[in-house]
Amino acid sequence: MSNLPFLTLAELRSGYSRKEFQPSEVIEAHLKRIEALNPELNAYLEVFADGARDRARTLDKKLTQGGPLGPLFGIPLAVKDVLCVEGTKTTCGSKMLEPFIAPYDASCIRRLRDQGAVFLGKTNMDEFAMGSSTENSAFGPTRNPFALERVPGGSSGGSAAAVAAHLCQAALGSDTGGSIRQPAAFCGIVGLKPTYGRVSRYGLVAFASSFDQIGPMAKTSEDAAILFWAIAGHDPKDMTSSARPVPSLEALLGQDSRRFRLGLPKEYFVEGMDQEVRDALLATLANLEGLGVQVEEVSLPHTPYATAVYYILATSEASSNLARYDGVKYGFRAKDADSLLELYELTRAAGFGPEVKRRIMLGTYALSAGYYEAYYKKAAQVRRLILEDFTRAFEKVDAIVSPTTPTPPFLLGEKIEDPLTMYLSDIYTNALNLAGLPGMSLPIARTGDGLPVGMQIMAPAFMEERLFCLGSLIEELTNPPIRGVPFDQPIA
Amino acid sequence: MAWETIIGLEVHVQLATRSKMFCACPNVFGAPPNTLTCPVCLGLPGVLPALNKQAVLFAIKTAKALDAQVHPCSLFARKNYFYPDLPKGYQISQYEQPLATAGKLRIETSGGTKTIGITRLHLEEDAGKLIHEAEFTRAGASYVDLNRTGVPLMEIVSEPEISTPEEAMAYLRALRELVRYLKVSDGNMEEGSLRCDANVSVRPEGSQTFGTKAELKNMNSIRFVGKALAYEVERQVRVLESGGKIAQETLLWSEKLEKTLPMRSKEEAHDYRYFPEPDILPLTIEGEWIEALPELPWDKRERFKQVYDLTDEESGILTEHPALAEFYEALVDAFPNPKAASNWILVELLKSFRPKMNRLDFFPAVSPKRVARVLSMVEEGVINQNTAKDLLARLLEEDFDPEAFVAQQGLGQISDEKALLAWIDELFERHPSQVNEYLDGKEKVFGFFVGQLMKMSQGKANPRLLNTLLKQKFDARKGAF
Ligand SMILES: [Zn+2]
Repeated sequence: MSNLPFLTLAELRSGYSRKEFQPSEVIEAHLKRIEALNPELNAYLEVFADGARDRARTLDKKLTQGGPLGPLFGIPLAVKDVLCVEGTKTTCGSKMLEPFIAPYDASCIRRLRDQGAVFLGKTNMDEFAMGSSTENSAFGPTRNPFALERVPGGSSGGSAAAVAAHLCQAALGSDTGGSIRQPAAFCGIVGLKPTYGRVSRYGLVAFASSFDQIGPMAKTSEDAAILFWAIAGHDPKDMTSSARPVPSLEALLGQDSRRFRLGLPKEYFVEGMDQEVRDALLATLANLEGLGVQVEEVSLPHTPYATAVYYILATSEASSNLARYDGVKYGFRAKDADSLLELYELTRAAGFGPEVKRRIMLGTYALSAGYYEAYYKKAAQVRRLILEDFTRAFEKVDAIVSPTTPTPPFLLGEKIEDPLTMYLSDIYTNALNLAGLPGMSLPIARTGDGLPVGMQIMAPAFMEERLFCLGSLIEELTNPPIRGVPFDQPIA
Repeated sequence: MAWETIIGLEVHVQLATRSKMFCACPNVFGAPPNTLTCPVCLGLPGVLPALNKQAVLFAIKTAKALDAQVHPCSLFARKNYFYPDLPKGYQISQYEQPLATAGKLRIETSGGTKTIGITRLHLEEDAGKLIHEAEFTRAGASYVDLNRTGVPLMEIVSEPEISTPEEAMAYLRALRELVRYLKVSDGNMEEGSLRCDANVSVRPEGSQTFGTKAELKNMNSIRFVGKALAYEVERQVRVLESGGKIAQETLLWSEKLEKTLPMRSKEEAHDYRYFPEPDILPLTIEGEWIEALPELPWDKRERFKQVYDLTDEESGILTEHPALAEFYEALVDAFPNPKAASNWILVELLKSFRPKMNRLDFFPAVSPKRVARVLSMVEEGVINQNTAKDLLARLLEEDFDPEAFVAQQGLGQISDEKALLAWIDELFERHPSQVNEYLDGKEKVFGFFVGQLMKMSQGKANPRLLNTLLKQKFDARKGAF
């Protein structure tokens, strides 16, 4: 088997510029690997084999002709099935959208296309991005490439597994409460949730609009930076996207993180944190201190409320965002309804899975007359306090660090019947979505069982460069490097 | 018992922006169903709203004209409910912190002038249309047209300070005129660009508490609003006087049955679960967004009366449409006889303008300068009134130089005394008996001579001169006896 899929995105870029290989070779190598491994992993829901081959041939000619290559020339990417790619199915892991074909490109997809990227296919996810294990997909769970009996995390579990198993160079995910960072941690890759407003959400099927961000999932911090740089920036189609200029790629990777002061939130060291996870984090911090990085304790006092606030606000927005799936215009439609009301009821009863229904009910309740003040409004106030916690902490430190998840990847079926326990796998990640700040997970160690452990770095708004630079420094310290599944480790 | 009526109106005004509220689809009426749509207004998965600045500017302008307070920061909200004409399952509207509050509108009724308070003015998007057609192949099928979905709407809510159906109609007329003046909407109730819901209740005169109110919908013209309110007030009084209770409900006006029919009760009312729209950042109004207002209709009306010495009725009609008022002022500019100018417009031109005067883009299809030339020729005695009427009618059809035309066609009045005297002599010779009749005191015959002379001059004789000369001739005959 070709070793091309095991390169990093950065290595692939320099290989193209030296004409060491052609896009067709790269794409073909990835498609072969997908063919071999996807049936077991179920990372991809759909593979654009023909489209990718056609596109690669066009790019081959471009490479032969010479001239400038786009920043993502010939890079094979996977796309979480929550993003619209014109002319292809966009299911969101739901029976509700199984027949839906997107008639337009998401803004980030358009940008990547323009920069030469090749899309290999759409990846599996928890239905409408609601979940932490990809077990909520209507199309079967995805398996963790490090251990097939375990979950890849979620909701961007398909993208994480595809990157980790080298079924693509990098992938797009979406993060509402940890849906990029948690699966990145579970699959031993890098996953970034950018600052809210940094990447256009146009074409991202909404779960919770004031939380959702699209972000890169890649093998290294540098790769994540490249993909981030390619999709970041203002979009007139998204009023919440920021007009602030995006730094150059050099600036994103050029900070000296050895002088950073890092904060360790004391509230995160609570019951439920796995010993191996804790040890891995503290060991990494000790190594960093050896390089001159300062580590100190910080306090984020409203942390205990984050999960409750997150579930009230995110489900409130979700209950409204998912109202459009009513069987009238597109997607799944129940047969044999005798009235309009029955059409709504039968369609939504059969089209949505249990977790989505649970969250719609929760959000509808929180917004209802008589409960709005006590739930939605109160939660919105606490949300502001949580942001203030971070603002205060960032007056003292350059970045805050924590484990990404309290535990290594759990077993398939282990938590699916217990939603509250499942919700706790997001406790270190969802506060950042409440605050709208950027955060990145990167692999720092493997447990005794060989399972990946992730560390989360958090930065002030629009300071993603701190994440990439500190991430790169940590990667240098991690020996052997973890970039998904090692290529000598068999899958299945 | 004497009853007091309390009415509050909620008016939805479609804004005449070029594109829709949150997407680039054209905002036009009457296109084939579902041809003016895009992923955004169809509410497809993944789309986001991009606010139309023009709609905001139009709403600010209206709020300023209503003397309302425009808030420096306002919020959009989602109003959640399921209906097939609402593709997202929610309507983007404003709820807490609307664009403007606390305005007022002056109305004129037979009882005099009254000021009605405006509670709030906010922006929202229109829904689509459902068409239930019995003649379609599947009985009972409904069809959805989403062309109207996302058209910008401005909702203007009045205080419950309207006391009669007549006042309600006057309020709507004043509001319609205002939006036309501001050029923010054509205010056309038949096409639905201005829609009105009413809250009505009655209470014993002198009572301090409000009665239970009913909400009236489906009134498609100002006249229907008057009829529906009158019907509903009478119904409520009848119910209360017979010892019954008014139910809090929503009623539909049926023009066919000329009565209000129940649509839904309080128990069936929606819980709209309003919450701040996360896809639109809080709207911050910047100073330069507040434009200078044009002269408002009530101010123009007053000025016309003062400056041009017009009656209430004359100034009322001339200011009905800003373009007509502009035409009048241009005419007076070139023909400085305001009273005559007004008469000529009201009598000769208005009927051809009328059919198009309910459109925003109406303008009188005739040059005020040309009209002024025609009227000046009358005043100068070059042409007579009949010729002037003909010329104005022609000018409405096509543009030409009236003076050159009069000269070319020889339409000028004949003021040549010799020629007129020759015709008089000829006429006297042909009709000696009528001459004698006049001389015998039957002065009615005078008209016969004028008519004959006009005929002989092909209508061009200067009528004043003709009269004088004819009189002189008769007087000479009298003297001869
Ligand atoms: Zn549209």
